[in-house]
Amino acid sequence: MATVASPAGSLQSKIHHAKEELDRHLREIVAWHFSPDTGCPFWLEKAKQLRINPIKDVQSYEDLPIFGHFEDEWLRGGPLQRWIPRGLAGKPTYVFETGGTTGIPKSRIAFDDFRTDYELFSKTLPEEFFPMGSNWLMLGPSGPRRLRLAVEHLCQYRGGICFCVDLDPRWVIKLIKKGWHEHLEAYKDHVIDQAISILSAKHDVKCMFTTPKLLESLALRLQKGGSSIRKMGITGIFSGGTEFTPQWNKFAHEELLDGAYMTPTYGNTLMGLAASKPSGQADGYKISYYAPQPRAVIEVVSFDDYTKPVDYGQTGRVKLTTLTKEFFVPSFMERDEGERELPYDTFPWDGVSGVRPFHELAATTTVGVY
Amino acid sequence: MHLPIIRWGKPYESLDKVHIHHFETGEPIATVSQAIGGMVRKDLLQAKRARAALRQIPAGELLERVKQAGELYANGVLPMGDAKQSPDDFVKQQSASTGMPESMCRANLEKNKFVLVEMENILLSLTRGLDLGVLGRGFGEERGVPISFQAQAPVLGAVLPSNSPGVHTLWLPVIPMQLGLVLKPGSSEPWTPYRVASAFFEAGIPPEAISIYPGPHEVGDAILNGCSKAMVFGGQETINKYKNNPGVQPHGPGFSKIMLGDDVVDHWRDYLEVMVESVVKNGGRSCINCSGIWVSRHGRDIADALAQELAKIEVRSTTDPKAQLAAFTTPKMADAVNSMIESDMSHPAVEDMTAIYRKSPRLIKQARCDYLLPTVLYCKSADAPAANKEYMFPFVSVVECPQDEMIERMGPTLVLTALTDDPSLKLDLLEAIHVDRLNIGRVPTSSLNWLQPHEGNIVEFLFRNRAYQTA
Repeated sequence: MATVASPAGSLQSKIHHAKEELDRHLREIVAWHFSPDTGCPFWLEKAKQLRINPIKDVQSYEDLPIFGHFEDEWLRGGPLQRWIPRGLAGKPTYVFETGGTTGIPKSRIAFDDFRTDYELFSKTLPEEFFPMGSNWLMLGPSGPRRLRLAVEHLCQYRGGICFCVDLDPRWVIKLIKKGWHEHLEAYKDHVIDQAISILSAKHDVKCMFTTPKLLESLALRLQKGGSSIRKMGITGIFSGGTEFTPQWNKFAHEELLDGAYMTPTYGNTLMGLAASKPSGQADGYKISYYAPQPRAVIEVVSFDDYTKPVDYGQTGRVKLTTLTKEFFVPSFMERDEGERELPYDTFPWDGVSGVRPFHELAATTTVGVY
Repeated sequence: MHLPIIRWGKPYESLDKVHIHHFETGEPIATVSQAIGGMVRKDLLQAKRARAALRQIPAGELLERVKQAGELYANGVLPMGDAKQSPDDFVKQQSASTGMPESMCRANLEKNKFVLVEMENILLSLTRGLDLGVLGRGFGEERGVPISFQAQAPVLGAVLPSNSPGVHTLWLPVIPMQLGLVLKPGSSEPWTPYRVASAFFEAGIPPEAISIYPGPHEVGDAILNGCSKAMVFGGQETINKYKNNPGVQPHGPGFSKIMLGDDVVDHWRDYLEVMVESVVKNGGRSCINCSGIWVSRHGRDIADALAQELAKIEVRSTTDPKAQLAAFTTPKMADAVNSMIESDMSHPAVEDMTAIYRKSPRLIKQARCDYLLPTVLYCKSADAPAANKEYMFPFVSVVECPQDEMIERMGPTLVLTALTDDPSLKLDLLEAIHVDRLNIGRVPTSSLNWLQPHEGNIVEFLFRNRAYQTA
């Protein structure tokens, strides 16, 4: 007689398979990056310095600590060629930057990762609110940003045309640091003016990426004029940033969105994009993020020992790992903290909730438009 | 007890809450819903409704309701979040969260009541006898001349402090001037704004005229940036940040002082009582407490005599009616202040006169709070860094400086009590634009006449006197 697996059993099985897939993928990526034929100069040299043979030594995710922590300072300055895997040499190369308000920004190379990540993310968007073929508004940073091209690709992948604004986040950070509040407001108005122009120009824009701050500014500007985000035709929004607290999520749903759907996301130039578990009134607007495993992994680790995950529900620092053929980032300590979340059916691996600036660095972190 | 956010009179329970604990026992006193900046910005879209609701009520009627609110504030059992609060509860809760002795909390309760009950006279003074109907209506006639006063904002925003519950008197006149209130309470002193609002509501002030947003700094920023007229309480940094912003009235350290003219300084003992009261009243936590005594001679003797008096003050329970010191409830704050004083004393011209009379070190550390014992420094020269410092406990520097340099060198001074009969010195003092409140004679700096303006006239801050003609 056939037996039917219990939901818990089914989830356990999914968790098991996901871990197997992660380990298999990790071995493949490590073999790629540490083979002289396909790897990049940086990692080949690093393996020599560390006196390790990753292809032999790394068989599962638990072996990753042999690389130590990835330091994002390594990404500052050139030559960028040191990061290009020989196996991808000759392909058109993008460079995406992060930071850079003052001094030399951190840079990463990319070929197709941003497309792949956002095509995977596309599958998580509900068709009801993000109809295929819809036009999009990218109300976020422009310039040498991964997000800028990624959102446009997401829109194009889904059959639409993406409208963009000019927004220099480095200038925003400078305005905040200088305390030039009037200029900051004027710049914000300038950005919102661009968004309103696009939304008012009969482009039939239905979907949007934006940040919490800009979403609020847009919604309030529209409300002041007797309109709303929904009334302007927007049905679906994806957004992201550490200001995405449950209370902000509640406030946005109850007072800004006017019925438009919004999904929070978490990510950065190094990792890509983590989708969120649907949330709402029933779960106190809690936001839990799940990395696009096996291409990226999120862990929540002890503040005292970054190799030890905290227990589920406990607070720790966010550790990111990126595992693609384009870019290998083992154990990067993100500037955020949060609570470790249980796997669930859609994402049978660990997640993180309550993401906020890491308390030891929070005082030095300037939150701009993100 | 849960204190919700008040959004134009409507309670709002946030998902973000902070707990207020008893500073000594750690026992929970209340949870307070925390607002976010966006909430303030959204609600300010409706700010005009606050003024519109108040303008529905004739000025005379509004004054009656404010007077009634004063009685309720001091004597009533009022709704407080999801609970009720008697005046005794209020005093105990305020003392428990701020570390202020109950006697001082009760005195401040009476001070706020006085301002509410005497509002008619206070506004009469601040407006120099203007018919209050003109502020609501916008125009009128006075002595046969057409007049017009235009409100510069529909509401006043206020980012309030935790250190002295006495400062709330500054925003109390706003409601009877038919402007709404948007308040961010201090994190450990939500009690006064909530209780005043509750008394206002009970007395028939329209709830849609008042919002209260407890929360982090971004909430304060949202109020200061979103309200075209606002006041903020903070340190010198805050003052510097907003001093050139015509929309923000910053209140911070007062650097209030007493000066003795050369004509009376040889009789300094006659003024010791005024000096002690000015330094010690309200736990030395107010901007109106004296932090500098300026004299041309006898400085060391004056400092010594003051030190002997102030050294008698000791740490007592907040429930003790004789308690004169407030606890420092914010961790490490007392350590930081103590270090700053020690650093100031490294100057060769500075001497801690209290050190020999104190029975213990200045800094007293307890399990969950700290105290700083009263401190009198003698500064032989006005060049000493300690000559112009202010801290939130009974602290005073006695500074020696020639009389003809005194006015210029004492710098910005919120309250100056000048002990002199010298007509020429009095004239110079009247002309000194860096002195806000001037007392001539034995008036303690801490003794305010509420019929007079404080750090600018609130009426002039909120209304513009302009031309208005009709055909």
